[in-house]
Amino acid sequence: MDFDFNDEQREIKSTARDFLASRFKPEKVRELAESDTPYDEGLWKQICELGWPGIAISEEYGGLGLGTVELVILQEESGYALAPSPLISNAYAGAIIEAGGSDAQKQRWLPGIASGEGRGSAELTRDPDPIVGAAAGSVVLALADGEGAKLVETEQATLERLELIDTTRAYFRVSADGGEPLPGEISQATGVGAVALSAELVGIAQRALEISVAYAKEREQFGRPIGAYQAVSHRLAEMLWHVEEARSLTYFAAWTADAEPESLPLASSMAKARASDSANSVTHNAIQTLGGIGFTWEHDVHFLLKRARVSAQLLGTAASHRERVAGLVGL
Amino acid sequence: MDLTLTPEEQSFRDEFRAWLADNHPGPAPSGGDQVQFEFERRWQRKLHEADWAGVSWPKEYGGRGATLIEQSIFGEELARAKAPRPANVLGLVMGGPVVIAHGTEEQKERFLEPILSAEEIWCQGFSEPESGSDLASLKTKAVKDNGGWRITGQKVWTTFAHEAKWCMLVARSDQEVAKHKGLTYFLMDMEQDEIEVRPLRQITGEAEFNELFIEDAYVPDENVVGGEGNGWMVAITTLMNERAGLGASAALGLANALDELVELAHARGRADDPIVRDKVARLKIGIEGLRLGAMRALTATMKVGTPGPEGSIAKLQWSSTNQALTELAVEIGGIEALSRDSLWAYRFLRSRANSIEGGTTDVLKNIVAERVLGLPKLR
Repeated sequence: MDFDFNDEQREIKSTARDFLASRFKPEKVRELAESDTPYDEGLWKQICELGWPGIAISEEYGGLGLGTVELVILQEESGYALAPSPLISNAYAGAIIEAGGSDAQKQRWLPGIASGEGRGSAELTRDPDPIVGAAAGSVVLALADGEGAKLVETEQATLERLELIDTTRAYFRVSADGGEPLPGEISQATGVGAVALSAELVGIAQRALEISVAYAKEREQFGRPIGAYQAVSHRLAEMLWHVEEARSLTYFAAWTADAEPESLPLASSMAKARASDSANSVTHNAIQTLGGIGFTWEHDVHFLLKRARVSAQLLGTAASHRERVAGLVGL
Repeated sequence: MDLTLTPEEQSFRDEFRAWLADNHPGPAPSGGDQVQFEFERRWQRKLHEADWAGVSWPKEYGGRGATLIEQSIFGEELARAKAPRPANVLGLVMGGPVVIAHGTEEQKERFLEPILSAEEIWCQGFSEPESGSDLASLKTKAVKDNGGWRITGQKVWTTFAHEAKWCMLVARSDQEVAKHKGLTYFLMDMEQDEIEVRPLRQITGEAEFNELFIEDAYVPDENVVGGEGNGWMVAITTLMNERAGLGASAALGLANALDELVELAHARGRADDPIVRDKVARLKIGIEGLRLGAMRALTATMKVGTPGPEGSIAKLQWSSTNQALTELAVEIGGIEALSRDSLWAYRFLRSRANSIEGGTTDVLKNIVAERVLGLPKLR
């Protein structure tokens, strides 16, 4: 039993941490978040050169042939850096097509998704039409179709950009008639999508925790650092608890996706429920810890809160995943 | 990352599982505390005869020398089989490991075997009425006398004191130095008239714990562990051992309780109640979070010697989940679940201590804040 990353996974993690920290510095993230187009195509090219878009796609379709654990590492680091990129939308579309697509569909779409040159995007929620992240700039959309999914070429669809509180990602309402159904089962892929999003939420929460702890050590009131007061330090201890519990559940779910798929439905729902609640609560408490400065536009913490709030609502809310968990434990 | 058991771990598990299947003593007999305790003593003897009593102890001291992961598997198998606890649990998880880590050769020779066989039961004399979380402020006094020490003071929350032959006792041997420095760790013989054991009735109505009134009790020099003035350091080892006992097997205990709660929800017609469903799911997630965090901590401890931040929250996860679980059970179970002879009522009441015993939630949050997050101390 070894519940830790292996050397290769550790290497992926440190490369991702360094790359994202140098390319998505807070001022760059802010610049993108305040612009009309949060994605920087030049940076996406660099991401593609690292092979990230195809990290979990099979080698026969041009991917790196690694697993959900590796995807989760990239997602956690992306959340930590709050990096605006179409990575998760593209990866999720790839997972759906690889799980449910015909050979022809896989051959047609997966190489572009794996290289990042012909991006895909997938439905993240429905209200009442499909909501898709990073739809503009992608060539194919994977949309829900009953229990399964269908593919729609982006140019055949009508996209309406949504103005959400999270401006570090572009969200679209999609209307599309027709489309080509995927013949296969995609539940494995929806599990992977939920786990990838959970990892992003863990990264966001970790960043919010670190910002809060650093501030609590430095900010003085009544003559001492506020982190010396138990009203503050106990809240920070609880934030660590939220982050670590969500992380344990997320890593486990990622492992089941690769090694024990029969456990993925329960594991992914537990992870998404916990990670959603954790990120919402930790980013909220980060603002509380920062006090007034945390409520200003000038401080970056609100970008974390907003991304957490939106991601928590995608691919199933915490409550909907708990409902699934209840069913799976015998209620 | 690989959460499957290695072939060695699997054969360890299979061996113990098979042994348990053949040797499980069945449900605990009724007939009061004494009958129950003798049953647990026989059970430990049986474990010991097959070398399963001191699983974590090194082989040279009669243990099995199991790895941390094997120890965790052992605990999980006991929980899975709903096996009774061994009678001398404090000797096994605290007393023995302390003697092994800090004891002299003579002490190892004298004390270890009777711990394993449950021939001599151990209890722990740390807490005092005025020294709970602030253990180092304790006042029980040790004064040098004729090749040994005279102990006077009061201890509280002493489990098994009425059964125990030995007490792991921390007392103040030097009044002059700073509070952590003046403590010494003694092994005190409980069979002397200078010690009075009084049962301490708790909110469940039973008396699981005792108070010790010690008036000039004698401890010879050879029963000092770790040397005069080193009591704090030795005691900390004991407490670390106590905490290492939590984790995966605690999660399995909770998982067993959750199964019963799900049955109760069905029996009471509440299985479709969305609020019950949501709460049950939260409990399941909390239990799995505890189990998985314990596994991460075990891996980190095996690899780098200490658990990561995930290890510091296990006790918080366990106590809050067990309390929430029993609260939901007495709510679903209706008024009957609150009768005085209801098992759920008992568990609900007993779990109120979970966030106090073995480190209060409040103090554990201080520890996380100071040692994991590096926040400044208020003191």
